[in-house]
Amino acid sequence: MKSRNQKPTERFSPRQQQNWDWRAAANFIFGGAGGGLLLLAAFTHLMGGDARLPLLAGMALIGTGLTCVWFEIGRPWRALNVYRHIATSWMTREAMVALPLFACGALAALTGHTVLVFAAGLLGAVFLYSQARILNANKGIPAWRHPRCLPLLGATGLAEGAGLMALFAPFVAPGVVAVVAVALIAALVLRVVMWRSYLSALRADGAPVGSLKALDAIDMRLMAIAHAVPAGLAGVAAIGVPGASLGLLVAGLLAVAGGWVFKFTLIRRAAYSQGMAVPHLPVRGRGVAGPRVKPGWTGQG
Amino acid sequence: MSRYVMVIDLRRCVGCQTCTAACKNANATPPGVQWRRVLDIETGKFPDVRRRFLPVACMHCNQPPCEEVCPTTATKKRADGLVTIDYDLCIGCANCVMACPYDARSIVHEPKFAYGDQPIPSEAIRFDPKRISVSTKCTFCVERIDAAAATGQIPGVDRDVTPACVNSCISGAMSFGDIDDPDSNVSRLLAETQTFRMHEELGTEPSVYYVWDKA
Repeated sequence: MKSRNQKPTERFSPRQQQNWDWRAAANFIFGGAGGGLLLLAAFTHLMGGDARLPLLAGMALIGTGLTCVWFEIGRPWRALNVYRHIATSWMTREAMVALPLFACGALAALTGHTVLVFAAGLLGAVFLYSQARILNANKGIPAWRHPRCLPLLGATGLAEGAGLMALFAPFVAPGVVAVVAVALIAALVLRVVMWRSYLSALRADGAPVGSLKALDAIDMRLMAIAHAVPAGLAGVAAIGVPGASLGLLVAGLLAVAGGWVFKFTLIRRAAYSQGMAVPHLPVRGRGVAGPRVKPGWTGQG
Repeated sequence: MSRYVMVIDLRRCVGCQTCTAACKNANATPPGVQWRRVLDIETGKFPDVRRRFLPVACMHCNQPPCEEVCPTTATKKRADGLVTIDYDLCIGCANCVMACPYDARSIVHEPKFAYGDQPIPSEAIRFDPKRISVSTKCTFCVERIDAAAATGQIPGVDRDVTPACVNSCISGAMSFGDIDDPDSNVSRLLAETQTFRMHEELGTEPSVYYVWDKA
């Protein structure tokens, strides 16, 4: 009793998730970048820069992400129910962190007080971590639940924050442009190491074929355009070549764009479900058990 | 305390989809939503080909990942093992859909009917607006299980308090009962056969056991 249009294993294999669309992806894209920017803004403040504009931008990004996800949920007028499960839900914790984050961030932007700036930076990092844990807790999506996805998402947020800070640095912290450039290079190195580590572990451990296909499709472009080129441009800015500020702006843009492309791919294109598996096919009559069945996966999974 | 589980004998399942139809009938799920499905498994190459069937639905896990991620506490595991959704609390964020490794959950954002925009009379009677834009899944026919407490009947033994899919199975492949009762039908079946639970490596401890051979 099967559909004529479906191959035998299609209803059995991992399927691309269709419940979280671009609005959910936008929450992770903007929220992660915003959290990273708050952290980097606090770092820049420590170096003597003016953190107020980056703080406002970080909060605007996080607010945009949360607004997008509010439009995504099925019952938006019940959204406050999201605060009911702090015991285990990282979505609840993300929402909890957002409240003091906006309060601290707004006060820090108004007063420029060092303690408030640091508190906002710290809360930005916690917000970023919470978002990474939201994805990582989803056992139904193998590409998300992989242990190396968590540090990759953290590193991505940091690289995006550093990239955005590089856009602001020539205007709000002209004295520490070189330091911001070095921070961007460090964040890009961290992200690329985490990316390669994640991809190789996913291949080794087994994953839905569709997930690997989607991630492999962006691999080389991500390596070259989102890491090698911006790291080179930031390196030029770090050694203080005249006119390199423009290169730092481009480096920042590429670092941010790379992170956003990665997260959109992870959440929309590479998000394949677990699919079904049968470790033993049933024995009928005098026959023997059939082999293990787990279609749509690479390796043993 | 009872803990209810389902045991499905894959040696007996003939893939007739009667359980699928019984579930749709009992729970009035809209077109495109199947809380219970029977999947075809074709393996091998001609002429050595095998065809088997795998009934799947919510596994009512003992460690439900959907409950852990739910930000509203709408999804809860009861003491008797049933995993339930409170439609009045759920915000339809779909986090539970992502957390479920069994593709058991669905969200429908607008009313759907079998024939066009308007419900046929039977659909109109049973349409539940509470189920729109929230997460839904197999309930193990929770109303029947709850009725057992009032009537003194035994789920899995008395048909009135047994899930519709189990009642409907034409080959006797599906059994339901209390795993904490050593004399229950499911406990005996588990003792007499070799079984597996799907994706056990994920630590979800599903409450659905599949029989694949005798002990």
